[in-house]
Amino acid sequence: MNENYYLVLAAILFAIGVAGFLTRRNALLIFMSIELMLNAANLTLVTFADAVGDLTGQIMAFFVMVVAAAEVVVGLAIIITIARSLHTASIDASSWLRR
Amino acid sequence: MTGGVTGAVGLAWLLVLIPFAVAAVLLLIGRVGDRWGHWLGVAGLVVPFGLAVAMLVQMLANSGVESYFVKWFVWLQAGSLRVDAGLQVDHLSLAFVLLVTGVGSLIFIYAVAYMAHDPGRRRFFGFLNIFAGSMLLLVLADNYALLFVGWEGVGLASYLLIGFWQQKQSAALAAKKAFIMNRIGDLGLLSAMALLFSHVGSVNFVAVGPSVAGGGAWVGLVGCLLLLAACGKSAQFPLQSWLLDAMEGPTPVSALIHAATMVTAGVYLVVRSQFVFTVSEVAMWAVAIVGVVTLLMGAWIGTAKADIKKVLAGSTMSQIGYMMLAAGLGPAGAAFAIFHLLTHGAFKANLFLGAGSVMHATNDDVNMMHFGALRKVMPWTFLTFACGTLALIGFPFISGYYSKDHIITAAFDKSPVLGALALLGAVVTAYYMTRLVILTFFGEKRWGDDVHPHEAPGLMLVPMVILAVASLGAGAFLNNHIVGWLAPVTGEPPEVPSSLFEFTWVTGAAFGALVIGVLAGWLVYRRGPVNESNFLLRAADAELGANAVNDVVVLASDGVTDSVGVVDRYLVDGGARGIYRAGMGLSTWIRGLQNGKVRSYGLMMAVGVVVIMVAVVVAGQVI
Amino acid sequence: MIGMAVNLTAVTFWICAPIMVVLGFGMVLARKVVHSALCLAGLMVALGVLYASLNAPFLFVAQLIVYTGSVMMLFLFTMMLIGVDTADELKETIKGQRAAAIVVVVALAGLLGFTVLHGIVGPSAGLAGVNNAAGGNAQAVAQLIFGRYAVAFEAASALVITAALAAMVLSHAERLTPKERQRERAERRVRQFASDALPVAPNPAPGVYARHNAATYPALLPDGTAAPGSVAPALEARGQAVVAEPALKLPAQSLHNRLAAQAAELDGRPRLMADLPDAAPALTAKTDASAEADQEVEK
Repeated sequence: MNENYYLVLAAILFAIGVAGFLTRRNALLIFMSIELMLNAANLTLVTFADAVGDLTGQIMAFFVMVVAAAEVVVGLAIIITIARSLHTASIDASSWLRR
Repeated sequence: MTGGVTGAVGLAWLLVLIPFAVAAVLLLIGRVGDRWGHWLGVAGLVVPFGLAVAMLVQMLANSGVESYFVKWFVWLQAGSLRVDAGLQVDHLSLAFVLLVTGVGSLIFIYAVAYMAHDPGRRRFFGFLNIFAGSMLLLVLADNYALLFVGWEGVGLASYLLIGFWQQKQSAALAAKKAFIMNRIGDLGLLSAMALLFSHVGSVNFVAVGPSVAGGGAWVGLVGCLLLLAACGKSAQFPLQSWLLDAMEGPTPVSALIHAATMVTAGVYLVVRSQFVFTVSEVAMWAVAIVGVVTLLMGAWIGTAKADIKKVLAGSTMSQIGYMMLAAGLGPAGAAFAIFHLLTHGAFKANLFLGAGSVMHATNDDVNMMHFGALRKVMPWTFLTFACGTLALIGFPFISGYYSKDHIITAAFDKSPVLGALALLGAVVTAYYMTRLVILTFFGEKRWGDDVHPHEAPGLMLVPMVILAVASLGAGAFLNNHIVGWLAPVTGEPPEVPSSLFEFTWVTGAAFGALVIGVLAGWLVYRRGPVNESNFLLRAADAELGANAVNDVVVLASDGVTDSVGVVDRYLVDGGARGIYRAGMGLSTWIRGLQNGKVRSYGLMMAVGVVVIMVAVVVAGQVI
Repeated sequence: MIGMAVNLTAVTFWICAPIMVVLGFGMVLARKVVHSALCLAGLMVALGVLYASLNAPFLFVAQLIVYTGSVMMLFLFTMMLIGVDTADELKETIKGQRAAAIVVVVALAGLLGFTVLHGIVGPSAGLAGVNNAAGGNAQAVAQLIFGRYAVAFEAASALVITAALAAMVLSHAERLTPKERQRERAERRVRQFASDALPVAPNPAPGVYARHNAATYPALLPDGTAAPGSVAPALEARGQAVVAEPALKLPAQSLHNRLAAQAAELDGRPRLMADLPDAAPALTAKTDASAEADQEVEK
């Protein structure tokens, strides 16, 4: 089958991730959207690895997973800290970047 | 700092720096300095006086050298304009330095006693030292730009000192008036500097001097602008009206700044710029006419004022008018202008200190109608005042006799009309001084019961006595030397008076004028105050309508500025505001984007990604 | 054989891809964060299946363990820590954000799809050869990770350890005040009773009735109204508290009316009767909309 379909699927998933990132206000959902985008990118890498016949793409995907895991850990810790002090997980509750 | 000049002259910068340093200490040290600050202030001028004397000795010893140039550092360097912080010590500036430091020191000492009960005495001496430093910088500068610094400095000090008792509304207003009138003159000096720079490329005296020699009409313009500056600083017509109000300041200030030194800065400027005036006949005539007009106006005002200090102020205007007249006569008169300036500095300071002593004795009353018969109560004050008066009216063989008669002679040489008017001024001078002395010291006592006149303390008397001696002898002492001494700066006059006892018809006429004036004064006032009311006196008391003229000028210029203001507000400002409003609207809009919401920023980023992708795709299609 | 494999891959793809897209939309559109998390977990499992069909069995396992196993668990733990009363609202607060986002997303999807639609030219090379040469995909990947990419791998491990430490530091919070024990709580309540007239006793227990026995029912006060504070706030926030007062009062009221009618019959005097509704009112929980409205009011 045409492997380009994998790429198109990845593009759709990535766009969905962007949509979630832009429209949802809950910090957890925003993180999930980011994870979705990372996964879409991983799918592209794995697809190209198969298409080219080189494992480097898979290795890249593996490292993306590692970094994503670390990022999630730190990000969720930050969310917990913020939720503890502001009693909300909404990132619009206050304009954090403007203070 | 010595600029390669050896000896005392090499230390010329100290003349300027010592008073400024003392002023800084006095003004910054706070109340700690209240107990000794005034003596430090006196030292701030006495030490420079000693230095000036040493410089004089050095210059007399090296008679071959006419001027020393003491450069310190390059002050301004912009394009082809280069201005050094440099001093020019020559015969003219040294004469001024000696006058400022010598008379100034005596007045400083007098002020220690005069201001003894004033809580602001330390501040007063701080301001006085600012004045002294600025005045010395003014007369020592070797270029117009540095001169302008001193020029502004004395203007500032004058403002501060006239308004020293700023709790009095009149003093504050007088200070402001003096400051603004001086600004008008400063405009002239600045414009003259700009003209000189554009035509000569330098503002140094030595560079300007030879360059203007062949100049055209612009040199005349420079001369008139310099005259405007001189009019502002020296209270000459038409910028004379501030001087009478300036008498609101403490009397030592009136003596030092508004009689002996600062107001003569205009004369100094004209004499220093002789190279400009010798080129332009128009400018010289302008100077001479301004001098004559002012000398008559000042004398006229002096005949009517009841305020003793204002009479002396009118007299100052008048005498400076004589100096301007002389300065406008070219080489024939410039040296005599300085001669009269020096003797005037001594005897007018003497008169003002005497007036201050009288005020001191009568609870700061200045109205002559409340004096009378003070001769017996204050004999020393009376004697010294009499010496000053004789010098002023030009009694034979006393200071004014020599200096003023030379000016009248030179004026007759130039034009009989000028000479006759100068002679008329001498008559009026004798008249108003007689009036002043009779009303103050003779007749019956007219002071109130709560006033207990007393002789001034010794600390005030000593300077008065010294100045009285100077008033008597300065003319005879300087008569044979001054012209030769100043010749390098002012040029050789056609004839040099050689004898103290040379009599011409002018001498006789001047003596006749004196006698007429004194007799007239005695006849009118021998029985005390006269109920004066005629047109001439009313006009004089109103200062010849100067303030009314000022009001009209101000109103007229208000109209002009208002109309300019309308154009400015709606056309220029409208444009400017339009620009800033556009900018503000834009930035408000952009600021709205920066709302601190993460998702908005994410949207921006996504938009950016889309744009870049579109660019890449389009580029890929095109290539 | 090859035809079979291609077909199998295609079947896998065409089964998984629609599921993933649907789950992706579900994640973005779900009202509750838990539902979003479950959608994402399912999507990741499907993605792992795709990895497997793309000759990446090692990544398939890693995807299941790392993402669906640990990362999604972290999300759920965080959700529990933050609490469910921070329910996400779909109402947009930034003006124009949603419309702009939709436009941008559509443009992005279109551009990405257009760009990658012909990204791979020619037949796929396949990884069978590479995998077999090393004796399997895991072995092949291991050779690369611990060989050519050893340094990067070490750096990644350092990153993970640092992240773990960072998470500990960030989420650690010192107690600012000593913990309130029974004695302190009793003292505080008495103090508050004295100062603000707050009740000394604990909040009323939830209503337990013959018909219903659940913490979601409010207790009734003697006049038949619901006692405030008798239902746990978390349940109210979740929208599970029952607020149908008329329905709760109905049994008691009808009993009263029956008894009053009997008494009036016995002694001949009229009695006050309660107004009974025509039809029995429903027992309903608070709707989400009303809960949101309540929250707005609280704000």
